[in-house]
Amino acid sequence: MNKKIWIALILLGLLAPFVVYPVFMMKLLCFALFASAFNLLLGYTGLLSFGHAAFFGGASYITGHLVKNSGLTPELGVLGGTLFAGLLGYLVGSLAIRRQGIYFAMVTLALAQIVYFVALKAPFTGGEDGLQGIPRGDLFGFIDLNQVYSVGGNPVALNLYYFVFVLFCLGFWIIHRTIHSPFGQVLKAIRENEPRAVSLGYKVERFKLMAFVLSAALSGMAGSMKSLVFQLASLTDVSWHTSGEVVLMTLLGGVGTVLGPLVGAFTVVTLQSELSSVGSWITVIIGVTFVICVLLFRRGVVGELGRLLKKSL
Amino acid sequence: MKNLFSNVALSVAVLAMTSGMAGAASKGVSDGVVKIGVLTDMSGVYSTLGGKGTQVGVEMAVKDFGGKVLGKPIQVIGADHQNKADIASAKAREWFDNEKVDMITGLLNSGCALAVQKLGGEKKRITMNTGAASTELTNKACTPYSIHYVYDTYALGKVTGQAVVQNGGKSWFFLTADYAFGHSLEENTTKFVKAGGGKILGSVRHPLSTADFSSYLLQAQSSGAQIIGLANAGGDTTNAIKQAREFGIDKKGQTLVGLLIFDTDIKSLGLSVAQGMQFTSGFYWDRDKATRDFAKRYYAIHKAMPTMDQAGAYSATMNYLKAIKAAGTDDPDAVMAKLKSMDISDFFAVNGKIRADGRMVHDMYLMEVKKPSESKGEWDLLKIVKTVPAADAFMPLSESTCSMVKK
Repeated sequence: MNKKIWIALILLGLLAPFVVYPVFMMKLLCFALFASAFNLLLGYTGLLSFGHAAFFGGASYITGHLVKNSGLTPELGVLGGTLFAGLLGYLVGSLAIRRQGIYFAMVTLALAQIVYFVALKAPFTGGEDGLQGIPRGDLFGFIDLNQVYSVGGNPVALNLYYFVFVLFCLGFWIIHRTIHSPFGQVLKAIRENEPRAVSLGYKVERFKLMAFVLSAALSGMAGSMKSLVFQLASLTDVSWHTSGEVVLMTLLGGVGTVLGPLVGAFTVVTLQSELSSVGSWITVIIGVTFVICVLLFRRGVVGELGRLLKKSL
Repeated sequence: MKNLFSNVALSVAVLAMTSGMAGAASKGVSDGVVKIGVLTDMSGVYSTLGGKGTQVGVEMAVKDFGGKVLGKPIQVIGADHQNKADIASAKAREWFDNEKVDMITGLLNSGCALAVQKLGGEKKRITMNTGAASTELTNKACTPYSIHYVYDTYALGKVTGQAVVQNGGKSWFFLTADYAFGHSLEENTTKFVKAGGGKILGSVRHPLSTADFSSYLLQAQSSGAQIIGLANAGGDTTNAIKQAREFGIDKKGQTLVGLLIFDTDIKSLGLSVAQGMQFTSGFYWDRDKATRDFAKRYYAIHKAMPTMDQAGAYSATMNYLKAIKAAGTDDPDAVMAKLKSMDISDFFAVNGKIRADGRMVHDMYLMEVKKPSESKGEWDLLKIVKTVPAADAFMPLSESTCSMVKK
């Protein structure tokens, strides 16, 4: 049963660029991975970080810089961005996990604002203009990611799409494996009752830090993908709005569910894109959606669905 | 899981093989419609000087042209880029890929303009920039498909900078918007101030759409400079000027010089605050009969007089459509060749010509804000002090670093 769902989803993902506008689809995948990585921390470890944009946006700048100015191939650029986010995650995490609850959230927010400031002022980021004109380059040096194929009369960059899709699957698979490993069980134990996990002999701090680094690195991977898709790394990616948006996506879709962040990211990004013509009302609409979600289905879309079907999704 | 991934790899390979290459462009009008996109700031600090008003200008031009070119309908769509380069580039990409937009105009905000222009160059679509100012657009970042239509920071800095230095404003301090446009405006003005024998005492950079200028104004005040040059635009400029008045900076012998000012800014400041200020503009509605006729029709729709961005968008659209008609196709290469070879002459542009680097050169004007006693109506705000001929106002082609310029 479960396996069938996965195969169906993968098939959907493979066929999507022939139906949906592929750049939009790639944006969805980037944010879905970002939200899933965030969910690993919030949903499975119980840590609410308000600074995840620092990893997402930071990695997109690093990837952009590596690919544009150092001439690396895109896969190395993504790797570089991911490693950078992981390292940054280690630094931020080792400071933040010493505190709990609101203090944890505030420490992450404060450190993320420092990253924002660096992105605004550092010479290679382009400040307000962003890092523009990032080349997509040749994957492994020989697959041109800019190559477009004609699908129903529209030019579609299929190479890039499948590169992003494979990365997404990889990231998602890592998260899935983590959740269902003994390590993931310990994380859940920490979420449910931290003192008890301590009394059972687990070094809670170390587990939290590992989860934090993993989540940061995967968020970074999502950001790296985004910078290749849009050929641009900008301040929006590192701003606290983005940190807030990923919380919204995760809660809307269903915190602590595997598929929830996907549904949440798809909903929020689609809303933003479909409603972009109404201008500033969009924030109001998304805000109202969020209020309704919190009042009526507190477990999120997938969480409530899982409760109805009596299954963990 | 292993099985699954080999399945994925196989499907990818099959799909990749079944798809062909993208087709080439053909003669006539591609996909049966000429689509013009207005991508600009519709809600932020620049929305009054551009915004919906720019779209109004474009729609008027389409209507005046007859709504059809080469027998095919002309369509106008608009979107708000919120002054964010990532939103601008995502929207433009979607327009080029899916909506078959043939030309994008507006593009206020240099950061957004640079992103969209680069994309236009890659996708072989025309961008006619009426809003943004950075000279980089026709230098390092120029493409075969980009036109910079109304004004740029070189013309602004040269005309205003020289005029102010000649009137005795020798020491300068800059308040600069911290992005491509502000940097470029400061750099270009500095060049002409120094050439005229003036000196720069310092500068401070503020983020785009700043509400509180007090700390920046204090720095400007303590620098002791005669002239405080505002290298920003729109809401930022009016905010800075209003707050400088509250601080009484003008009463202590320092003069504020707005390097980029639009009619709508003067309107929002009021004549009593703005009187006597000199600045450079590419267009003024009350210049001659043709501009007044256009402005009257524009006012009937938009309830405000057109700024140079809005009137420029009309002129750009009109000339783009004329070029399509003359070329007999909307193929970007043919249209660009036509645009660069024809004379641009209408109510907006006097002695207009599009150069190899995409710069549309035309006469510019040094303007002065009228005293309240001189003004005869709600929109009677400015007088033209000096007309600067096209050849003197803009950066000479020989100085351009654009790769399209043959040296």
